[in-house]
Order: sequence, then C-alpha cells, then structure tokens
Amino acid sequence: MTKRPPVNPAQLSCPVPLEQSDRVQLGHGSGGKLSAQLVARHFLPHFENAALSQLGDASVVTVGGAELAVSTDSFVVHPVEFPGGNIGTLAVHGTLNDVAMMGARPVCLTAGFVLEEGLSLTLLDRVIDEMARAARAAGVPIVAGDTKVVDRGKADGLYINTTGIGVLDPTFRPAPARAEGGDAILVSGAIARHGMAIMAAREGLAFESAITSDTASLAPLVDALRPLGGDVHVLRDPTRGGVASTLNEIAVSSNVGIEIDETALPVPGDVRAACEMLGLDPLYVANEGVMVVFVAEAQAEAALRALRSHPVGADAVRIGRVVTAHPRIVALRTPLGGTRVVDLLPGDQLPRIC
Amino acid sequence: MKYLSEYRDADIAKSLIARIKARATRRWTLMEVCGGQTHTIVRQGLDELLEGAVEMIHGPGCPVCVTPLEQIDKALAIAARPEVIFTSFGDMLRVPGSDCDLQQVRARGGAVRVVYSPLDALALAQQHLDKEVVFFAVGFETTAPANAMAVWRARDLGVKNFSVLVSHVTVPPAITAILESSDNRVQGFLAAGHVCAVMGWEEYEPIATKHRVPIIVTGFEPVDILEGIWMAVDQLEAGRHEVMNQYVRSVRRQGTPPARALVAQVFELADRQWRGIGEIPMSGLRLREEFAEYDAERKFGVGGLKVTEPADCRAGDVLTGRIKPPQCAAFGTICTPERPLGAPMVSTEGACSAYYNLAKYRATDAAEATS
Repeated sequence: MTKRPPVNPAQLSCPVPLEQSDRVQLGHGSGGKLSAQLVARHFLPHFENAALSQLGDASVVTVGGAELAVSTDSFVVHPVEFPGGNIGTLAVHGTLNDVAMMGARPVCLTAGFVLEEGLSLTLLDRVIDEMARAARAAGVPIVAGDTKVVDRGKADGLYINTTGIGVLDPTFRPAPARAEGGDAILVSGAIARHGMAIMAAREGLAFESAITSDTASLAPLVDALRPLGGDVHVLRDPTRGGVASTLNEIAVSSNVGIEIDETALPVPGDVRAACEMLGLDPLYVANEGVMVVFVAEAQAEAALRALRSHPVGADAVRIGRVVTAHPRIVALRTPLGGTRVVDLLPGDQLPRIC
Repeated sequence: MKYLSEYRDADIAKSLIARIKARATRRWTLMEVCGGQTHTIVRQGLDELLEGAVEMIHGPGCPVCVTPLEQIDKALAIAARPEVIFTSFGDMLRVPGSDCDLQQVRARGGAVRVVYSPLDALALAQQHLDKEVVFFAVGFETTAPANAMAVWRARDLGVKNFSVLVSHVTVPPAITAILESSDNRVQGFLAAGHVCAVMGWEEYEPIATKHRVPIIVTGFEPVDILEGIWMAVDQLEAGRHEVMNQYVRSVRRQGTPPARALVAQVFELADRQWRGIGEIPMSGLRLREEFAEYDAERKFGVGGLKVTEPADCRAGDVLTGRIKPPQCAAFGTICTPERPLGAPMVSTEGACSAYYNLAKYRATDAAEATS
C-alpha cells in the first residue's frame, strides 16, 4: 500500500483511495461515488433481477398486464423537525416524488416506523400529523404500516421507511437514459434549500431568517407536464448529492454532454449566504421539492409555463442544455465565460477551511 | 450580499481580463499563494480566460495540502483513543495518513467531530468533563488568532481537558523558499488577503525588494483576483516590484494588531515540515512553553512520531511550480482522481485533478470534432 500525501482544501471534498476502507462510512450514504460502489459491489450481485437492475428512482414491475412503478426509501434525518417540515413530511414526499419521476401516478403508500424507547409521544404525534396531512394533500392513502421499538440509544429518535406504488402512464415515460442532444434543461424551483435548512438546524446556526426546507410533492408538476407527452425526456428529483450528482447520472445514462450556466442557477440569497459561510457548493446540496426536467427544445417554453402554473413550480427556470460534445461530462459555464467540469462527489461534502 | 456581488460582476471581470491581455507584452508567470484563491481561479476558469497573457501557478498555500504526513498520523493516533473527542475543520477528515483517515477512525468508533471554530471545541470540553477534547489547529496565520484565543481562554477558565494539535504554518517563509529555489519560475505573487488581514504586509516588503518580485495582497472573489493579476502584470511591464494592496476593504498595512499580539502571546516561531517542500526554517508556529499543558502532542505522547514522506509522486514539484501536472510520469496513468497518489490529484480542484478533468473534457471535444 503506497502512502498518500494529504489533500488540497481548495475544494469541498477529498477522495481517499476508495479501496482502502473495510467498513461502512458515512460517505457510503452520500449519494456520490461511494454510494454507487456500495450498491454495485455488495447488493446487486446478490439481488440480481431485471426490475432492480434498472437502478432508477423507482422500478417497473408488470402485474397482470398493468405496469407499476415501485419505490422504497428510508428516512433518518436529524433533527427530526426542521423549518418547513419534519421527518414525516419527507417520508411522504420523498417516496411519492420517486414514483412521480417515472411519469407514474402514485396510488398508495406504506409506512414502517422504527421508534426509540423514550421518544416523546407528542413529537411522534406531530410527525404522524404532518405525514397524514402530506398524504391527504397528495391524494395518496397510507394503506399499510408497521412499528418496531428499539432500546434507548439504538436509534436516533425515530426512523421511517415508506414504499410507494404508482401506475405508469404509457404515453408519458420519461427516463434517465432518454436525454437527447439539444434538450433544454429546466429546474422547477430554487435549489439547495432543504440541505441548508437541515444544516442550519443541525449546526445551530442562527441566520437572520430561518431557511425553510422545500419539501413538497412534485406529482402535480408531473401532471402539468403530462400533455407534452414524449417530448419530456427525463424527470429527476435531485435529493442526496444535489443537482450536480443528478446531472452526472443523466449524462452517463444517456451518454450525452451537459452544459449548465452558473448565472441561471436559482439559489436564494439566504441559502447562498449560508453556503458561503459553511464553504459548501449549492450544486451538491440536497433538495426535497425540486425536479430537473429535460425537454425537447421546441417544447421548453411550454414546459416552463406548465411548471409555473403550479405554486411548487412558480420559480421554474432554464439552467442549461444537452450537447453532443464531451459525452458523459457535465460542464458549467461560469459568469465570466470560463468552463469547469462538475464532477460527482466521491463522498460527503465537507466544509472547507479556506 | 454587500461586498460580494460587486466582486462577482461579470462585466467588470471581463473588462479586467481584456485590460490584462492588452497590457501583457509577454506571458507572465504568477503564483496565487492561497488555496481559497486557487478555488476561485479553478471554479471560474480564470486561468483558461487569461491564457497567453498570464500563467497561474497554484502555490503551496492551502493548510491541508501542506500538512505533513506525520501530523496527520499524530491526529489519527490521538483520535483513536477512547477517552478523546477529536475535533477538526471539515476538510481535514479525508486527509489520508499512512494507513487511514479521520473518517475511517470515526467509522471504527472514534469520536471525531467537525467544528467551525476552535471555541466550539472548547465549549465541547466544558460540556464533557469526562472526555479529553482535542482540536486540530491547522492553518496559516488566518486561523492562528482564533486558535490562540481558544488556548488562552482554556487557561483563563481553568479548563484542563482541552488541548490542541498544532500544525500552523506561515506564508512569508514559503514564498522565500520558492524564490530561493534554483529553478524558480514565479515572477510575481498574489498574497493571501485573509492572512494579511491578520498580519498586514510589512513582512513582504523585504522579500519584494530582495527578489525583485511584485507581491499583491489580494482578495478571493473573481474581481479581486483579476485586479490583483492586473496590478502584478502592470508592475512587471513597468519593471517595478512593490508590495501593493488590492484587498483594501479588509487589509491594513499593520494588519490587526490585537490579533497579532494574541498569536505572539500563545505561539512562537519554529521550524516546520511542509508536504512537498520539506523543512522550511522558522516557518511554523508552536505553543509557547507556558501553554505546554494544552499541547496535545505532549499530553498524548505522540511528539516523537516521525514518518518519512513517500517520494512516489511529484506533488512537491507541482506545488512549487517546477512542473505542470502532465509532466509527471504518474499523471493520468497510475494517478487519477479516483486513485490519487498525491494531494493535487486528490482534490477535484487541485492542480493535477483540474488538469485531468480539463484534459478529459477537451479530449471528448476533440474526438467529437474529428468524428
């Protein structure tokens, strides 16, 4: 094993030679290169099947001739409550959105709870109340559930797992591999709000105004785009790893190049200030109520109008385009006209010293 | 966002680039000293925009990058102890030591926490009297006052379960070491604005005079950096070599005297190893004898740990501007961002990694053009 010198803090994260670790690290859950490696090396070889190997937000399963989208997700957010929502809101929206990104109409949810001994029942009631409210607003019932209680110290308050099932729409099948040269790339709203809301709550950072999470159901925005049919090529909600990671995944899946304009990225002032203070890049910060849309250029304006017709998509903007040059690479045009490559993060984003 | 948006104004930046290009009668080689400046240059693609007029060499001015392997190994040894809560700035967590990093220590059960200030680490010590809280005090003169303050307050408050692992370095000796190396190519420097906000720029004046190089105290936003480059190029074209201050909104000639006084009270100058450069005399800070009880190296008996730096990559030559990354035999072959041999390839914005990504980007463009 060669010894390796230290790293340059002139960036947000530093890959350690990935093959060195013999244990699960937090970075394995970051949605970056380590996460992809964990799935590819430790899960896929054992669970191999056609539905799973799609590796989408949700899998397509055919039951009695009907095509269903199935997605499952666990929520372990800390703190449990944050400005703009709580773990219950996320558990509903996160899974609904994964189903909706397939173009499917969500029909039901299941919810499993792992509760820690000593958890306040008042807090639990608040979480369940928000969950119920979010599910009702989306018109999707929670049809099955489970609870387990573990010893104090064995969980962080509570964890929730939700599974969502949706019915696929044969006329509307966006997929990560369908991006084409010339496509316009849109985002449905301001980015990096959720991650910075959590960060501020977790670090006890006092900003003048609390940054609120963007947690929201994206299903109505998907419905608004439905009339555009096959011209909507890709829908993805950039959660863990942020917009940068999602764009990288799409560039690889579709074997296309992506170009985005830094000046077009919608980052709210307070979020930008928080990112500056903590030395984080908003492109890699998690979102929970934003989606990225790849649409044929001819329909770009129509798609923007459709997104803006709903409150959740009111701030939708165009951020870039698909190019035939530099396939599989996401390039960012800086405000000065320079170019840099936006890569996948190796692991967690770490704050910089300088 | 006052003081930010105006320094990111694309029109001002573009006009500065045009002025620099018009003024340069030849290609000048400048070095930005600070990692924060490197970050902006790479993120904004400034070196690409100045091609032909200015070559920017990314200097040894990032504290993480120049932290010697033995200090990392000391940190890992301390962090693995059961009675210790080890605190650090975030980006030290992935710095590889001889066989692992702080993240892996954490995965194995070590208490490693990211803090944003050494005073947070001190507060942690007051909350956990049954634990030893250690703060990894890295950085240039910029972070030295806060670290000195934490030690000074710990003594003032009588907190006994707090100590610091010191790995402080100072900028002027590094600039001197680069200028005195026989193969130096650097013709002018952008000095680190935040360092000078603390220290001022008096120490740079004899260096500029002796070595006949312009040194510009520069900020961190794109317009700051371009103004700094403009001032350096303008001096070089006129045959001048002065210390000038571009970062007037933050830096005064004498720096911040109370901060300097506090640093001098707690720390003293010492010889220090630099990754990629070797030992530079009197280029580091160590705790003064009267603060010895806050020295983690003594407290945990790791002071004697010595590690030979591996010579399997030419990071040092890259960091001092002797070679460009592609001139290293390992570049892109046995050394890639996924499996880096050295610091500049480890980070996505280190010089080697930036070249690697750009090469990938241009290669695919070229392939596209010819297909």
